[in-house]
Amino acid sequence: MNISRRQMLVLLPAAAVAWKSVLAGTPEDAPNYSMSDHWWGMLIDIPKCIGCGNCVRACAAENDVPDGYFRTWVERYHVSDENMTNPEVISPDGGKEGFPVAQEDDRKYFFVPKMCNHCVDSPCTQVCPVGATFVAPDGVVLIDPKYCLGCAYCVQACPYGCRYIHPRKEVADKCTLCYHRIVKGLTTACCEACPTGARQLVDLKNPKDPIHEFLKTHSVQVLKPQMATGAKAFYNGLDGSVR
Amino acid sequence: MSVFKDAGHLFRFAGLFVLAFVVFLVVRHFVVPKSFGQYGHYRGAAIGEIAARPVKFAGHEACESCHTDVVDVKKAGKHAHVNCEACHGPQAQHADDPTGVKPPLPDTAVLCARCHTASAAKPKGFPQVVPEDHSTGLPCNTCHKPHNPGMDAGGAK
Repeated sequence: MNISRRQMLVLLPAAAVAWKSVLAGTPEDAPNYSMSDHWWGMLIDIPKCIGCGNCVRACAAENDVPDGYFRTWVERYHVSDENMTNPEVISPDGGKEGFPVAQEDDRKYFFVPKMCNHCVDSPCTQVCPVGATFVAPDGVVLIDPKYCLGCAYCVQACPYGCRYIHPRKEVADKCTLCYHRIVKGLTTACCEACPTGARQLVDLKNPKDPIHEFLKTHSVQVLKPQMATGAKAFYNGLDGSVR
Repeated sequence: MSVFKDAGHLFRFAGLFVLAFVVFLVVRHFVVPKSFGQYGHYRGAAIGEIAARPVKFAGHEACESCHTDVVDVKKAGKHAHVNCEACHGPQAQHADDPTGVKPPLPDTAVLCARCHTASAAKPKGFPQVVPEDHSTGLPCNTCHKPHNPGMDAGGAK
């Protein structure tokens, strides 16, 4: 194989970059996380969700979420042809221990995992009076528990109901997209625990992320697009009845 | 000169304002955290504090670096894309201290049923059974290998 000097000049730096990512090794030792290189979101593939509740349990374990409160939860929809705007929705204990067995009937069933949508124009950060919640430079909506007063404006402002006041800490709390994990190169606890791949952490700034191909080839929707929140939890196969 | 003849009280008043402003600046300097405004209208150091929270799920790469035998069994079967901790639970402590912290073996009668109990709400292509009819309550690993459960794919015990 003959490689010209020009080709070599292109190939060598490319190989160096590839080798660097190989040397990065175990994700635990990745202190070189650069916020400006990422723009995080989540892909939720509804046809793949089996409602096992693994994500809810994993989230609670990873983030010490108190019982009865949820950073992520799963809803089961039961929708009839005639009354699509009024679906029957259940989420027993957030779907943490799964769902009761459903019997076949003439209506359709499906599961919808929900979580913080990590909106680009998030209503929750706009209403915070003290700057305790913010969109980080990598697109993750976070809460500074030392700055939060617990006024709960953000809890009311979130159109998706993703925030709560932590019963012990008495500050606002919600999904951090497992920020402590993704900076180390790990995926979120819910994605790690999902047995069917119904949840995928996506990095919209990474040109190699399969999300770009997925968004191009699938009918993907966000929740409540009319709110213009710039939600980054992308739902594949989202039914029109989902609220 | 006559303009400023009786203006002394105004200067004292203005001085008070200037003093109050200086006090405000000094207090603000000590009260507002150093990193406030580093990236925006929030405390920049909060990002690092959130990032430093402890990890509970080690991640499948950590498991696979030691349990290569299980990786080989798993990749041949239908559970190839099910991460270790989806069934075995959070194991970061075990990953940090492999000999000191031993994870308990999951009870397959409970574990497998969480996903594979038949329900009309589940996607139609997903393998589902009615546990009572299928195995009369026997633990699933009586017949199946959990890491490669398909009976026809070399997964039978």
